[in-house]
Amino acid sequence: MRTELNLIGKPVSRHDAWAKAKGDQLFSDDWSMPGMLFGKVLRSKYPAAVLKRIDTKKAEELPGVKAVLTAKDVPVNEDVTKFGQMRDVGGGFEGLYRVLASGRIRSKSEAIALVAAESPETAEEALKLIEVDYEVLEGVFDPREALKEGAYSVTGDGCGNVIMRTKICDGNIEEAFKKCDVIVENDYETTPNEHAYLETEGGMGWIDENGVITLRVGTQVLEHYRTIAKVLGLPHNKVRNIGVPVGGGFGGKEDITVEMYIALLVQKTGRPVKMVWSREESIESHSKRHPEYLHYKTGATKDGKILAQEVSIVMDGGSYTYLTPWVQMYSTFAAPGCYKIPNVSVKSVSAFTNNTFNSANRGFGAPQVNFASERQMDEIAARLNLDPVELRRRNVLHDGDRLPSGHVPRGHIALKELLDKVNKELNRSSKPDRLPDGRKVGRALALGHMVYGRLNFLHDSSRVSIRLELDGSVTLRAGVPDLGGGQASVLAQIVAEELGLEIEDVHPYIMDTHLTPLCGTTTATRQLYMSGNAALKAAVQMKEKILEKASALSGCPVNMLALKNRKVYSVIEPETISIPFVDVIKHLSNDGEVLENIAQFNAPFTEVPDLNDIKGELNPDITYTCHGVELAVDEQTGKIELLRVIAAADAGRVINRNSCEGQLEGGCVYHAWWPTMEDLKQENGITMANSFSTYLIPTAADVPDIESILIESGGGLGPYGAKGIGEPADNSIAPAVVNAIRDAIGVGFNKMTVTPEKILNAVLSFKNKE
Amino acid sequence: MSVHDITLTVNGRKVRLTVKSNELLLNVLRDRLLLTGAKYGCGIGECGACTVLHGRECVLSCFIPAVCADGWEITTAEGLSKDGKLSVVQQAYVDKAAIQCGFCTPGMVIASTALLYENPEPDEAEIKDYFRGNYCRCTGYAAMIEAVKVAAMRMKERGCDDEEL
Repeated sequence: MRTELNLIGKPVSRHDAWAKAKGDQLFSDDWSMPGMLFGKVLRSKYPAAVLKRIDTKKAEELPGVKAVLTAKDVPVNEDVTKFGQMRDVGGGFEGLYRVLASGRIRSKSEAIALVAAESPETAEEALKLIEVDYEVLEGVFDPREALKEGAYSVTGDGCGNVIMRTKICDGNIEEAFKKCDVIVENDYETTPNEHAYLETEGGMGWIDENGVITLRVGTQVLEHYRTIAKVLGLPHNKVRNIGVPVGGGFGGKEDITVEMYIALLVQKTGRPVKMVWSREESIESHSKRHPEYLHYKTGATKDGKILAQEVSIVMDGGSYTYLTPWVQMYSTFAAPGCYKIPNVSVKSVSAFTNNTFNSANRGFGAPQVNFASERQMDEIAARLNLDPVELRRRNVLHDGDRLPSGHVPRGHIALKELLDKVNKELNRSSKPDRLPDGRKVGRALALGHMVYGRLNFLHDSSRVSIRLELDGSVTLRAGVPDLGGGQASVLAQIVAEELGLEIEDVHPYIMDTHLTPLCGTTTATRQLYMSGNAALKAAVQMKEKILEKASALSGCPVNMLALKNRKVYSVIEPETISIPFVDVIKHLSNDGEVLENIAQFNAPFTEVPDLNDIKGELNPDITYTCHGVELAVDEQTGKIELLRVIAAADAGRVINRNSCEGQLEGGCVYHAWWPTMEDLKQENGITMANSFSTYLIPTAADVPDIESILIESGGGLGPYGAKGIGEPADNSIAPAVVNAIRDAIGVGFNKMTVTPEKILNAVLSFKNKE
Repeated sequence: MSVHDITLTVNGRKVRLTVKSNELLLNVLRDRLLLTGAKYGCGIGECGACTVLHGRECVLSCFIPAVCADGWEITTAEGLSKDGKLSVVQQAYVDKAAIQCGFCTPGMVIASTALLYENPEPDEAEIKDYFRGNYCRCTGYAAMIEAVKVAAMRMKERGCDDEEL
C-alpha cells in the first residue's frame, strides 16, 4: 500500500558528499599503477592540410619511448560515430569516426600520432621528434562560406560541405504573413562556448590477466567500450571501462576522448598507460557548442498575436560529424520557441568547416534557438509598443496545444505559471531605473523549453539492479556515469523510498561496463527519467516479493502492508503487526528466493522521421523554464553587472531538493556569461583563448543572488512525475541577460559576444541618434 | 638538472625529499606523497583546484616549485578531517549541498578554511571576493557561499577558536 513519501522531495545529502569533502574521492588522474607509461597525443599544426609523410623513427629511438602509433597501426582506424545507442539509426545520423589522421586533415585538434613513454617529459620530447610533412590547404572556417558553390571541401570528397538539411513546417507561412500588421526580421549569431569542466580529460588503462583491455576513464558514455573494441579488433566482452566519477561533463565528455588512445597504447605496449590532457589540449581538442547563424522573420497582429514565424538556421558542425545531426534536430524542433504559432517554417542546415568539431554542450542545440526566439519576442514587443511579458502571455503554449511538428506534449505545460511567477518576483524589486552611482538598471525575462530524454528513434533503454543483503542493506548496481549531478545517489534514494529504508541503507555501485547493468549515457538530461524509472521498477518488483513474504509470515493481506522505517507493518494495526525488514530478507533467503532483481525501462519508440518534413513526436517530453534578470549597465565603460537572477523551472516532481536546486543555480550561472564574456576567439581554425586566463568563466564574485523557483506540476515522465532538469536549467538565462541590457540602454544585441566595447559603442550611437 | 633536499610538514607529518629544481609542489603532493586531493585544473594558477594551505594561508601548489616550499607546513584537504571526522568547513559543504562533481571541492574547502582563519565572520561580499581564485563550473557558487556562512556561524556558536577549524 502506498503511504506518504518519506525521502522523495527532501534535501538529501548524496552518498559521495563526504568523500568529496575530504578530498578522498578519486578522479581519472588520481589512479596510477606500477610500471605505468605516460601517453601523449601529437596533433595537427594546421586546421586544413594533407598529411604527406610521417616519420616516427627518431621518436621511437628516444630512450624511454615504448610506442609510437600512427593511423597505420590502428587495427580499424575508421568507423561510424556511435554514441552508446543500441540501435543503428543510419541515414545522415552516423558520420565518419577517424581515430588518427590520414589523408586530409580537417582541424587543428586532429590527432596524428600517439606516444607512450616512461615519463611524461620523455613522451613530450618524443612528440617533438616526430617529423610530419603537411601540404597546407586554405580551409573554410565559416559555415555560410562552406555552403557556397565551389567552396573549399572539408572532407575532400567534392560532395559539398553539407552535413544535414532538415525542415519542420506547419500551416501556410506566405498567406499568414499577408495578414500580419507587423513583421519583424532579425539575424542572430551565437558563439561556440567551452564546457570548462574543472577536470580535464584523463584516465588510465591496462591489460588484465585474461587479456581484457581495462580502462579507468571518466566519461559520459560508458558504452563507447563497443567502439573501442571494434577499433582494437576485439570482441565487446574484452574491453571494459571501470568508470570513475567525472569532474564535470556538460556534454564535453560525451564523445570519445582519451579512452581510445589509452586502449591503443595499452594494446601495443602491454603496459599500464596513463593519459591526462593539459588545459590547453582540452580546450583546443574537445567539442564546442555549435555556433549558429539564425534568421528569424515573425509576423504578428497589432494586438500582439503571433501568426507566423519563419526561421532559417545555419550550423557550424566543424571538422567531423559527431553529434551534429542530433543537435540539429533539437535546434530545429525548439526554434519556434515557447509559443503557439499557427504558421511556422523552420529550415536548418549544418556544414563542415575546419574548426574544432562541434558537438554536445549542455542544452544540445536548444540554447542557441532559445536565445534567438526569446530575443525576437522582445524586439516584436518593442515594435508593437507592448510589454514583453504581456506579448508572451498572449502567445504562450498551454496544455493540449500542438507544436509545429504536430506533437502534443504529454506532460503539463507550465509556461504561463513560470512567466507570472518570475515576472512578479522581478517586479518586487524596488531598485530605481538609475542607481545612485549613475548606472542604468535593466530588467527582463525569457522563457525556455527543452526536451529531456533521447530522441525517440534511438530506442533508448536503461537497466538497474538491486540486491537485498542478509543484514537488510541493499546493493544497487547501475552503469550510470555520475557527472556530479547526483545521478547515482538519486537512484539509491528512489530504492530506499520504495523499500522503506534510509538512504544510507542503499549503496550504489556504479559505472562498470561489465559488472553493472548498462544505464545508457549521462546525456540528454535522461538519467533521472530513464534510470530513475528503471530503479523504481526494480524496487517495486522487489517490494512485491517482500510484501508477499511478510503477508505469509503475518497473515495480513498484502494490500494492507507497507514498508517504512526498516519495517514491514500493517497499516491497520501498526503496533501489533510489524516485522523488521531484515527478518523478511532472512526468510526469503532461507526459502531459496532470488534476492536480486534487474529491471529495464524503455522510452517510447518511434521511427526516424522524414527529415524534409518532420512530423510527430521526436522526444518524450519537455521541461519548461523561465529566467528573470536585473542588471546594471555602466554607460561610461560598457561594463554590466548582474544584480539579481531568478531561475524558475517546472521540475515535475522534485526528487532530491538539494540536487534540483543545485542544477537550477549551476545551470543559470553556466550560461549567464555565455552571451557577454565567454569567448573562444577562434581565428581561422585556431582557438586563441585556450586557457583559463584567456577564456574567462564566472567566479563567485560575478554571481549575484540567485532566487530559485521550483514548480512541481507532477506532469513529468520520470519517477513520481519528475522531469529532467540538468540541461533545461541553462536554457533561458542568456536571452534574459541580453533582453535586460536592451531594457537598460534601449539597444538590443543579436550577435554574441556582447562585449563592453560593443555596449559602449551602442550607448554612444543611441545617444547620438536621440 | 639540479636536485635539492627539502623538508616539508604535510598534514602534520614531516617528510624529507629530494626534488628536482623544476618539480612542482602539486606533483610532489600527488605523485610522491600520494595525496591526490589537490588537483591539476589548469597548471597556471588560474582555477584554484590545486589550492593547499601553507601555514594558515592558501597557496596554489601548481605554481610553486617544490624546492621553494622547503620548511613549509602544508595542509591539504585530506588533512582537514581528524580521525575520519569532517572539519567544520567540510561538514558545512556537505550540509549545504555545496558539492556537485567534487573536483574543485578540495581547493574550495581549503580556501574557505584560510578565509575563516583570516576573517572569522566574513560577510557575503568578503566571501565572494576571497573565492575569486577558485573556479567551480557546477554549483554556481551560491551553496558554497552559504556553506562558509554556516561554518562561521557554527564556529561562533560553539565558541570554537580557529585551531578547531
